[in-house]
Amino acid sequence: MSTARFQAIGLATGSIGPVDITLAAGECMGLSAPSGAGKTRLLRAMADLDVHQGECRLDGVAAADMPAPEWRRRVAFLAAESAWWADTPRPHFENDCTSLLDTLDLSPALLDQPIEHLSSGQKQRMALARSLAHTPDVLLLDEPTANLDDRNIERVERLIADYLSARHACCIWVSHDQTQLARIASSHYRLDSAGQPADVTCS
Amino acid sequence: MQLISLSFFDLALAAIAVVALAVTTATMKLGVTRTLLVAAVRTAAQLALVGLILEAVFAQERLLWVALMAFVMLLLAGREAATRQKRRFTGGYGFMAGTASMFLSSFVTAVATLVIVIRVEPWYTPQYAIPLLGMLLGNTMTGIALAMDRLTQEVWRGANVVETRLALGASASEAVADMRRDAMRAGLIPMLNAMAAAGIISLPGMMTGQILAGSPPWEAVKYQILIMFLIATGTGFGTLLAVELGTRRLFDERHRLRLDRLRRS
Repeated sequence: MSTARFQAIGLATGSIGPVDITLAAGECMGLSAPSGAGKTRLLRAMADLDVHQGECRLDGVAAADMPAPEWRRRVAFLAAESAWWADTPRPHFENDCTSLLDTLDLSPALLDQPIEHLSSGQKQRMALARSLAHTPDVLLLDEPTANLDDRNIERVERLIADYLSARHACCIWVSHDQTQLARIASSHYRLDSAGQPADVTCS
Repeated sequence: MQLISLSFFDLALAAIAVVALAVTTATMKLGVTRTLLVAAVRTAAQLALVGLILEAVFAQERLLWVALMAFVMLLLAGREAATRQKRRFTGGYGFMAGTASMFLSSFVTAVATLVIVIRVEPWYTPQYAIPLLGMLLGNTMTGIALAMDRLTQEVWRGANVVETRLALGASASEAVADMRRDAMRAGLIPMLNAMAAAGIISLPGMMTGQILAGSPPWEAVKYQILIMFLIATGTGFGTLLAVELGTRRLFDERHRLRLDRLRRS
């Protein structure tokens, strides 16, 4: 293992944690816990979207030593349900994203469709593309394939794996699907129902 | 022309008209009779009380009394603006932000007008200072109340959008830019409408009052234009300031959305 890319040190929010996590470049860690244990809130704390104790570091630099918007551009939290504010997807993208969309099997014509005409699976993939377009170093993915069929699940898994190795990025992937986590994650972090770290296994 | 003084008998005649309306609504069972009567009594009582106070303050013509009255008016306006919010800031922040904004915009505008434009001696002459400040405060209060209410409501309802933008690396002010614009517009619309409609659709109250009191229409018009511009300035800057203070309070120094600083009222 190379040096740490992303670290959470004594990270706690509300009754969840404290949690210590270290991710190397290219690493994907699975995160699972019973519903309501606080997986999402943990990811939000990592992205510095919620008040928390402890700290997170990216390449050794603490979040507090970086402007919050810059931290969140580099440590991207992708919510299970993302919001859209314009009528069509296009205004949500600043740069050309056609190759990214192509990888996710989204036709460029969808960029000019009303958001409400997109299926939940299309919206989910579009939201992933929107996050990746900012080229973050750490991906905090909250059930990113929950609304997808098998073919698209595979596409997303492959895209993330390629992204991590190409950009030396790392990822925390929340999922209920243990077989998926076994497929994509090189380590696995579990929270118990009280939001405390359960046994940690590495495969 | 000169002022025709109204007697109590004249007012009683007008009161009889209101009673006639109350009797009509009562027989039609419209359910507003009680409210109407209470409101009518409140109008008479409140204005009579203000009249007594104004008589005293005008007779004294002392800065301390004018300042004291202005201060009480400011606090009442601040409270009124705060209670009109559907979602209020915790810890009285809404009251403080609203009052501070009103103080800065209305007081500065009023004093500047008295000293620079009207040039009355002394500048705090209550006959000019109190009505001027009253009109400014009333309009600024409406603007601030509407804008703050719109801002907190929009951000509360659009929390998901705001947090998605933050997660994508937007700063707090980028994340609420459109909501802040909506709030500003909501606060300014009554003033913009009043300016656009002045004289065509409605004769403004102050001008009507001056004309009834015997002023030549042209004098009344000049004062009304002055007042409209002052109200526009006071409301505009006051609303701007209140929206800015409100937006700041909705986020912390790490650009996190802090809806825990709002509560349902």
